[in-house]
Amino acid sequence: MPRLFIPPLLRSYCGGKEEMIVEGATVLEAVQSLDNEYPGVMERLCPEGKLRAGTSVTVDQNVTPRGLSQKVSSESEIHFLPAIGGG
Amino acid sequence: MATIDETKAAEGSGDTPKYKVIGTRPIRHDGADKVTGRALYGADIKVKGMIYGAILRSPHAHANIKSIDTSKAKALPGVRAVITSADLPEPGDKIAELGEGSVVLNHLSSNNLARTKVLYKGHSIAAVAADNIHIAQEAANLIEVEYEVLPPVLNVLKAMSDEAPVLNPDVRTEEVATGEKGDEPTNIAKRFLFEKGDIEKGFAEAKYVVEREFNTSTVHQGYIEPHVATALWNNDGQITVWTSTQGTFSVRQQVAELLDVPLARVKVVPAEIGGGFGGKISVYLAPVAATLSRIAGAPVQVVMDRTDVLQATGPTPGSHIKIKMGVDADGHITAADAWMAYEAGAYPGSPIGAGAMCVFSCYDVPNGRVEGYDVCVNKPRTNAYRAPGATNAAFATETVVEELCEKLGMAPVDFRLLNASKEGTRRVDGVTYPRIGLVETLEAIKESDHFKSPLEAQHRGRGIASGFWFNAGLKSAVTATVNSDGSVSLLEGSTDIGGSRTAIAMQFAETLGIAAEDIKPAVVDTDSVGYTDVTGGSRVTYATGWAAYEAGKDLQRQIVARAADLWEVDSDQVSYEDGYVLGPDKKVSFKEIAVELSAVGEPLVGRGVSNHNEPGGAFGTHVVDVEVDPDTGKVDILRYTAAQDCGTAIHPAYVEGQIQGGAVQGIGWGLNEEYWYDEDGSMRNANFLDYRIPTCYDLPMIDTIIVEVPNPGHPFGVRGVGEVPIVPPPAALAAAIYDAVGVRMDELPMSPPRVLHELLKKQKES
Repeated sequence: MPRLFIPPLLRSYCGGKEEMIVEGATVLEAVQSLDNEYPGVMERLCPEGKLRAGTSVTVDQNVTPRGLSQKVSSESEIHFLPAIGGG
Repeated sequence: MATIDETKAAEGSGDTPKYKVIGTRPIRHDGADKVTGRALYGADIKVKGMIYGAILRSPHAHANIKSIDTSKAKALPGVRAVITSADLPEPGDKIAELGEGSVVLNHLSSNNLARTKVLYKGHSIAAVAADNIHIAQEAANLIEVEYEVLPPVLNVLKAMSDEAPVLNPDVRTEEVATGEKGDEPTNIAKRFLFEKGDIEKGFAEAKYVVEREFNTSTVHQGYIEPHVATALWNNDGQITVWTSTQGTFSVRQQVAELLDVPLARVKVVPAEIGGGFGGKISVYLAPVAATLSRIAGAPVQVVMDRTDVLQATGPTPGSHIKIKMGVDADGHITAADAWMAYEAGAYPGSPIGAGAMCVFSCYDVPNGRVEGYDVCVNKPRTNAYRAPGATNAAFATETVVEELCEKLGMAPVDFRLLNASKEGTRRVDGVTYPRIGLVETLEAIKESDHFKSPLEAQHRGRGIASGFWFNAGLKSAVTATVNSDGSVSLLEGSTDIGGSRTAIAMQFAETLGIAAEDIKPAVVDTDSVGYTDVTGGSRVTYATGWAAYEAGKDLQRQIVARAADLWEVDSDQVSYEDGYVLGPDKKVSFKEIAVELSAVGEPLVGRGVSNHNEPGGAFGTHVVDVEVDPDTGKVDILRYTAAQDCGTAIHPAYVEGQIQGGAVQGIGWGLNEEYWYDEDGSMRNANFLDYRIPTCYDLPMIDTIIVEVPNPGHPFGVRGVGEVPIVPPPAALAAAIYDAVGVRMDELPMSPPRVLHELLKKQKES
């Protein structure tokens, strides 16, 4: 099952955990799995099922343009990071 | 899409080059126009019936606008339109995604024409269009603005205090990732936090700990060509914008959003660009020119002068950074902690996120913490500048590393090799690295003639530093039309900065097995090619190159199918290899088959798109020798060498040029560039005479070492090149200065007065 790395500012809502093994075939499903364990996390991380402006999703080392709809595998790592722009 | 096996299949053996076109140095396709002056830049655009725009700018750094009276301006003969923010639609609280990040449209609109407040000197307030530029400027000066002047806040730490004047009443501190916002208006727009491992335990295990604070100044990208936009708003509602920009589709979206019109109503025509480096992504003039055009009923051109560019576009931010790092007795990093605050300028949006992610990126940090803040100040809203956020961070971290090396008695290059990030290293932000080339750049420097050469004489020193940036993938589209003689017209939407047109053509040529010279690449308007994200994040050679590769593959498939039809054989009996179509008892070159097919059938048009995000990231390591004049504090660069992993050098001369250019800009950032403000918030050096950037008289040749660690996430192994070279210079220079005269600099620029101050302080203390 995929591993979802909990952003540090969100860990206090998740029992202080840094990461969690979650269920799901997409990033959104993975977050829903986390929310099932810690209600309210979904609304903070991706309100109304949408990625927050200025936030990106990294799956297996790469920022994914598909955002929450990105498919994940059982070995995937999921991270939420600031979106960045280049010069 | 290429698989790893396809990439491996391209491996050369022995002395055989891996590629036929990639790695060569064809003359750039736009070279003749550039060197003869025929290339058309933004201000060269002349449209029939064009009139001229001028902007009224704020003399104050912070003020409420109580009223604007434009009646005298409108009455001046020759004036065709006068506008203020009241003429722009209210964007509300909408946030737009621009491919490379998002923007609060209300802030973007207010930055184009101020609404209720001006937030920096030079902030645009109103605009005039007139029959000639002189009338327009005169009319702009007739506009009467009543201000309530407010105290400016110019320092990032002061802006964070509770007593600081607040710039934007709508800004609340947002904690990134949770989205939680504070209750009160504040200058602190965003807070970031990354944590890994146990920071307290890490420091407890350290034998040596160094903790230092650093400041950097606001600096400008220094592109030669000022901003310009020419716009025509037709009676039918169609808007055409001619402009010099790093991203035509981004301009289209910004204009459409700010003017509240559909995207399809806006066409953006790119001019050649005289530099950008991240400073030509946001719009400053296009919506204004378009609105003036709508009212005047004529095309309007608005051009900034140099002072406008420096005062009122997007420099890169000043910053305050605290770094604390610990190492064990063997030199392994045990813990690293960073606190970072970047100036956003007038509106939120500094590169603090990238800075926070880059600050320890070159090192394997088992226990780390990074806290970052995006802070508004009364300066122009910041914009990107090569490797946004990384240079400030590297200056701080690498300088602390140097001090740790001294305590350890370890050579700096060996410390970096010992602690270097490698494939599988987990960054403090949590992501692990794919295959990367930091170690290879360190080894390249360590083995270089420069590094091995002796450095003698008093007041001379040597320093090294490393840097990283992510690079970007995002979206690109390419269309390739095969002409009846076998040449190819290649259409793309990526603004050419530094020769990307040719680099993309080369990847296409490699794919088809033809010569780069047989391809005519063109950067076209937004109606003529598919959506393409900005030229930024060192993404074009990677992403648009990939789209070109796909277009080449598409053409191969079409050629095979049509050749099979022409030869009346099954398509599985036909293949395409190295520029030839192979069939039963047949071997026909690309040109020959193109002639045949064009005579008997429909045109051959290849289509390629890319939306990949495996840019791999890039690292560089630089070494510099300096001589410091102890009487003046002036730092002269004696020798400079930069090694960088570029994945695969598509066109080595362009890679070298990017490395050299980035290094020079980093040197300027390190030694003498800064926005100098007086107490009232006026920039006192808003021209190139006083804002000093390095010239060829100030620098030796920047020697380059191209390191190639192919990116497994690209069919040709490409990594972006342009971001990284600006990152190491300030830190390398600081290390060299310390080696030369024994003073550690903790502020940029390390200009003569600052260096002299430290020298005198050291002399007094001894």
